[in-house]
Amino acid sequence: MSHNAKVPRLWVSQDALQVASLTRSTLTSLWSPLNGFLEWFGELGIFVWQVMRASVRRPFEGRELIRQLDEIGSKSLPLVALAGAAIGAVLSLESRHSLIRFGAKSMLPAAIVFSIIHETGPVVTGLVVSGRVGAGIGAELGSMKVTEQIDAIEASGVNPYKLLAFTRILACILMLPLLTLAADFCGVAVGWIADTLAEPISFHKFLHAGFAGASFSDFLAPTFRTAVFGLIIGVIACYQGMRSQGGTEGVGRSATSSVVLSSLFVIVADVVLVKLILVFFP
Amino acid sequence: MMHTEQTVALPITKSGDSHAIENADRNGASPAVMLSGLHKSFGAQKVLDGIELTVGSGKTLAVLGRSGTGKSVLLKLIVGLQKPDLGSIRIHGQEITNSNLEAMNEIRKTMGFLFQHAALYDSLTVEENVAFPLRRHTKMTASERGDRVRELLAGVGMESELEKMPSDLSGGMQKRVGLARALALEPGILLLDEPTAGLDPITSREIDELILKFQEERDVASIVVTHDLQSAKIIADRIVLLHQGNAVIEGTFEELERSDDKFVAEFFKRDS
Repeated sequence: MSHNAKVPRLWVSQDALQVASLTRSTLTSLWSPLNGFLEWFGELGIFVWQVMRASVRRPFEGRELIRQLDEIGSKSLPLVALAGAAIGAVLSLESRHSLIRFGAKSMLPAAIVFSIIHETGPVVTGLVVSGRVGAGIGAELGSMKVTEQIDAIEASGVNPYKLLAFTRILACILMLPLLTLAADFCGVAVGWIADTLAEPISFHKFLHAGFAGASFSDFLAPTFRTAVFGLIIGVIACYQGMRSQGGTEGVGRSATSSVVLSSLFVIVADVVLVKLILVFFP
Repeated sequence: MMHTEQTVALPITKSGDSHAIENADRNGASPAVMLSGLHKSFGAQKVLDGIELTVGSGKTLAVLGRSGTGKSVLLKLIVGLQKPDLGSIRIHGQEITNSNLEAMNEIRKTMGFLFQHAALYDSLTVEENVAFPLRRHTKMTASERGDRVRELLAGVGMESELEKMPSDLSGGMQKRVGLARALALEPGILLLDEPTAGLDPITSREIDELILKFQEERDVASIVVTHDLQSAKIIADRIVLLHQGNAVIEGTFEELERSDDKFVAEFFKRDS
């Protein structure tokens, strides 16, 4: 009797164990990626702190900074200019028909100029640079890491966070606004060309109509928010590169993750910064 | 597992005891490198388990052992690329395990490190690679630096390859350039991670001769991690054999060769 009485209790107990086991495995499968994400952020924080600490100490690596300004700035210029020009042409072609439909054809120059300067110019520049420069930095530093070149720099008494990371991050911060200006200029210029091919208008008149009612803050804040994009691209690409491991496959992973993560964070930062700009420069 | 039991039975002679005196500087100063009770683990894997080593100025210690016994980790701990879990590392008497970055960088300037695959900076030419530590840590003019680089490269027989990129060099040539770079600041301590690995016997011999030449010219303390017994025989005063994270035996090449311990004998059998 007593034996029979134990049987149902055993079954209940096994069910409970199964439920507990299922719950545990579900929580583990949820916790694992979350834990990885938190770990990534924590290590990113430590990396940023090490770069900041290194950046205030001599020597200031001017030579390497100039090399990076050239690598990140000058060599990205053709691609950024081309992307800006394409955006200008597309905006002009797409907006013309919509504005004609609403009887607002005269607003076309302003529509092109404002959309390029406010949003498309900075974002396209950020994304193009995160693709070109993010992949380049991720692969270069990743390759240096797996071939012990970063260890060799450290072993020779030089701080790699300053020589390799800080110079690249600073170059990204400085070059992104300048590249954005180039993209904006090309976008507006090609927008005018596309517009004038459909209906001739002088460049002076186009600009006058385009910038009518625009203030300095319309131009300044969106352009300089790309410095934040530069910071994001530089930090993420350097971090992903310098933590690379696992040979050539690891280098490939670093390059890919640099592009994916920096593009993602540029888009997220864009949303946040647009809101902040609207608050502080209404 | 078989070796575990045998290492217990070995007549362990650690440099921390009798050889410490022998390895200490002749003028009575602290030894160039002194490791005591050094532990290092990676996750659950214990790599170094309380190792004790001492190397005096002018002495060369070869570190042998099976792959994965922590030989390269040992060098990286000495140069501060990794931190030990426990234990002490003294460089010329100065404890470095708790040193800040600035102090560690000062100590690193007194060390030359030849990496296993040379680790030349692939965006720089041969000349720029060797000039790198000179440009960073000396106040030499460009012409003085150029002269010094040429002198160093001539010392390793690479003076005609100044303008080449590392990718244009063979493995042996990269090792030579790496050695020239390691010697650039005239270090008091030389750490060599498998200097002859993957090289043909003739190039290996040339590298050994270069190391010997440098040792003869300067009173440098060297630690050489190697699998090459012939190389160890040529360049090392003493040899230490690592097994399961510890130094199981230390002595001259002849002493180790004569050892009747099974593990030591097995290690030396292949080349004999």
